Amino acid sequence: MNAEQILFILFGAVSLIGAIAVISFRHPIYSALSLIVTFFAQAGLFVLLGAHFVAAVQVIVYAGAIMVLFLFVIMLLNLGTLSVKGAIGTKLKGFAIILGILLAAEGIYIAMNALNDTAVASAEPAAITTTTYDIGELLFSKYLLPFEVTSLILLAALIGVIVLVKRDSQEENQNR
Amino acid sequence: MSLEYYLVLSALLFTTGVIGVLIRRNAIIIFMCIELMLNAANLAFVAISRSLGEATGQVFVFFVMTVAAAEVAIGLAIIVSVFKHRQTINVDEVNSLKG
Repeated sequence: MNAEQILFILFGAVSLIGAIAVISFRHPIYSALSLIVTFFAQAGLFVLLGAHFVAAVQVIVYAGAIMVLFLFVIMLLNLGTLSVKGAIGTKLKGFAIILGILLAAEGIYIAMNALNDTAVASAEPAAITTTTYDIGELLFSKYLLPFEVTSLILLAALIGVIVLVKRDSQEENQNR
Repeated sequence: MSLEYYLVLSALLFTTGVIGVLIRRNAIIIFMCIELMLNAANLAFVAISRSLGEATGQVFVFFVMTVAAAEVAIGLAIIVSVFKHRQTINVDEVNSLKG
């Protein structure tokens, strides 16, 4: 067993345990912290796959910005007591978990078998590291239009959030 | 490590997210589970990108992350404004759109 396999098992186990912890904890704060652990473990997996840029963005954007937003909202709403009654009945929960296990079995089956005949499986596993240069070159040539659309998505999100918040403050002013 | 192991891990992480959406009724935790599913898809993208030896998969990860950031910003703003009006974020109690 070489170092890459050991690291894969380590990061994979941590990310999976973190993911299960996200859906198991009663209190949303603990779920959010478990999600950060999962994101860091996945950044490790990205490094193992030679995707250093994606790993850095994973830590900065997901574990940094997005999770701070989650934690901020959880603390703002102070949800500690509400989460206790936030679970569904045991019978439904068992049904959901059975469906989930079926979905996992399908996913594993596809991962193990369905790719056999495609170009993905026949390609030699390339041991190259993708640099930021490669990603940037693709992003600004072949995928320039999607990249520009991305900026529109961010603009729409920005305006949407401002509108959502602004309407509330106007209503509060009317109530005074 | 071959591609299959990464895809299996990705499938398991995705399934965990799906189960979370199904069994939890707290809107914020449902959002976190959606993030888990998006991340599982990212893992599959990067693994296949590595297997093919080109960077296209990682470009798509970039797009997925942008959409996820926009989605979280809007979603949390909606959750905050729902909480202001209803004093709850249990998705079973927020049902005024139900026909």
